[in-house]
Amino acid sequence: MNWFLEIIKAVLAALAVFTFLAVVGAMLGVYLERKISGWIQSRLGPKHVGPQGLLQTIADTVKLLQKENIVPSNADAITFNVAPLMAVVAALLAWIIIPFGPAFGRVLVVRDINIGLLFFIGMASLIVIAILLGGWSSNNKYALLGGFRSASQMISYEIPLALAVLVPVMMAGTLSTVGIVEAQRGGWWGIGNWFIFGLPGNRGLIVPGFLAFVVFLTAATAEVNRVPFDLPEADSELVAGYFSEYTGMRFALFQLGEYAEAFAMAALTSVLFLGGWHGPGLPGIVWFFIKMFALVFFLIWVRWTYPRLRLDQLLNLSWKGLVPLGFVLVLVTGWLLV
Amino acid sequence: MGELAAFIILAIVTLLPAVVVVTSRNLVRAAMSLIPSFLGVTGLFVLLQAEFVAGIQILIYAGAIAVLILFVIMLTQGGTGTALRQVNEQQLVGGLVAGALTIALLGLLLRTPWPLVGGTLPRSNVAAVGGAFLTNFILAFEISSLVLLVSLVGALVIARREQ
Amino acid sequence: MQVGLNHYLAVSALLFGLGLYGILTRRNAVAILMGIELMLNAANINLVAFNRYVAPGALAGHVFALIIITLAACEAAVGLALVLAVYRNLETIHVDEINVMKW
Repeated sequence: MNWFLEIIKAVLAALAVFTFLAVVGAMLGVYLERKISGWIQSRLGPKHVGPQGLLQTIADTVKLLQKENIVPSNADAITFNVAPLMAVVAALLAWIIIPFGPAFGRVLVVRDINIGLLFFIGMASLIVIAILLGGWSSNNKYALLGGFRSASQMISYEIPLALAVLVPVMMAGTLSTVGIVEAQRGGWWGIGNWFIFGLPGNRGLIVPGFLAFVVFLTAATAEVNRVPFDLPEADSELVAGYFSEYTGMRFALFQLGEYAEAFAMAALTSVLFLGGWHGPGLPGIVWFFIKMFALVFFLIWVRWTYPRLRLDQLLNLSWKGLVPLGFVLVLVTGWLLV
Repeated sequence: MGELAAFIILAIVTLLPAVVVVTSRNLVRAAMSLIPSFLGVTGLFVLLQAEFVAGIQILIYAGAIAVLILFVIMLTQGGTGTALRQVNEQQLVGGLVAGALTIALLGLLLRTPWPLVGGTLPRSNVAAVGGAFLTNFILAFEISSLVLLVSLVGALVIARREQ
Repeated sequence: MQVGLNHYLAVSALLFGLGLYGILTRRNAVAILMGIELMLNAANINLVAFNRYVAPGALAGHVFALIIITLAACEAAVGLALVLAVYRNLETIHVDEINVMKW
C-alpha cells in the first residue's frame, strides 16, 4: 500500500503549497505591490480596509467572487473554462521543486526531483498554451492579438531563461534544486559561496555568474509578463489583453497564476544564484523568505521605474541580445570549469 | 500493483485524447487534445525510469511543438471551419489500412520472445546521456545540431512575407 | 501482474495506428502533421521501453529517442512554415484542393 500513502502525501503537499501561495503570493503579493507602487509614486496605497489596508486583498477577492460569470456567446465554452485552470495548475506545479529550507532535520521541499530545473522550465512553457487558448476562446480580436503577443514574448524568453539556468547547473553539476543549494554552502559568512560570486576555487566565474543572474532576472520578468515587458496586458492599449473577456473567479485564477509564477521565479533566482537558504545567523527558512521578498520588491520597483518596451524592441532584446549573451556565458562557464 | 494502476491511467490519458486528435472536426479541440496525449507519454517515460527524456518531452513537445501547431491553426483560421468536411473520401480504406497495420504490429510485437535483461539504468540519467552523446554518439549529435540550424534558417526563409 | 515490455509495446502500436489513421483520412495539412507527431511519439515509447527491458546500461534507446524528438521539432517547424506559405498564396490548406503547380 506504499503507493497509496504516496498519493495521500502528494495531495496534502499540494494543499499546503496552494494555501501558502494563496496567502503569501496572492494576498501579500498584491497588497505589497499596491503599497510599494503607491510609495514610489508619492502617494499612500490602500489604507481603509483593516489596519493599514492589510485586508484589502481579501476585500478584492470577495468582490471578484461575487461577480457575474459571463461566457461570451460565440466562445468555445470548454476551452474558455479550461484556459485559466491550466495556467494556475502549471504555475502551481512549478512550486514542487522549490526548497524552503532545513526544518525538522530535513529539507522542506515537496519533491526533490533529480531533473528539477528541467521540470520547472517545462512548466513555465505550459503556461504559454493556457494564454494562447485563453486569447483564442474569447472570440474577441483584441484578446486574440493579446494572446499572440504574449505567447510570442514568452516563447522568445524561454531560451535565455534556459541558457541562464545552465550556468549554475554547470557550476553545481546537478539539475536538482536541493543539490544546487547544497553546493553553495559554507564560505565567508555564509555568503561567500553563492553562485553569483562564482565558485570558491574558481573566482573567475564571478563574471558569468553575475551576468547569468542578470539574464535570468530579465527573462523571468518577461516570462511573467511584468513591466517593462507587459505589452500583452498593456492597460492603455489592448484593454486587458488576453484576459479582457474573463470576469470574476476566472480572472482571479489568471491573476493567481501570474503571481504564483512571479514568486516562483523569485524563489528560483534565490535558489540558483543567491544561495537558497544559506546566510549568516538566522535560520534557513527565514533567509529564504527574506531573499524571495527582496527579489519580489525588486520586481515591483522595476515595474514603476522603467517604461514599457514595444513588441519589436522586446523581441529584438531577446533574440539579438540575450540569446547570444546566454550562449557566450555557457561557453565561458564551460571553458572556465575545465 | 501501484505501477500497474499508474500504467493503465497513463495509457488511457495517452490514447483517448489521441482518438480525439484524429477524429475531431474542430481543429482547435484536436490540437488541444495533443497536449494530454504528450503528457501521458511523459508519464510513461517516467515509469520507464527515463526522466531526462521525460523532461525534454514536456519542454519540446508539449511546450513548443503544441504551441507551434496551435499558432498555425489560429493563423490559418482552421478552427472556424467546423462546418467544412474535415475528412476525405478515404475514410473506409484508411481505417482498414490503419487497423490492419495495428493488428499486424500487435501480433508481431507481442509474440516475439524478446531477450529480456533485468538490469538497472544508470543512477544519474542526465550525466549518462550526456556522456553517451559526447563519446559513442557524437556523429549523430553533430549532425542533428546541423539539421536544427538548417531547419531554423529554412523555416524563417519559407515563412517570410514576400516584400 | 507486473508491467512488462508487452504493455508498452501494445500502447505504442495502438498510438501508431491512430496516428496513421489521422494521416490517411484528414484533409487539413496541420491535422496531418498532428498525426505524424503521434506516430513519432509511438516510436519514442518503443525505443525507451526496449532500452529499459532489453538493453539497460548503454543508453542507446534514450539517445535515439532524444534525436527523434529534436528532428520532430525541426520537421514540425519547416512543415508549418510551408503550410503558412501555401495558405498565403492559395487561401486554402486542404490537401485535396492543392493540386495545381502554379496559381
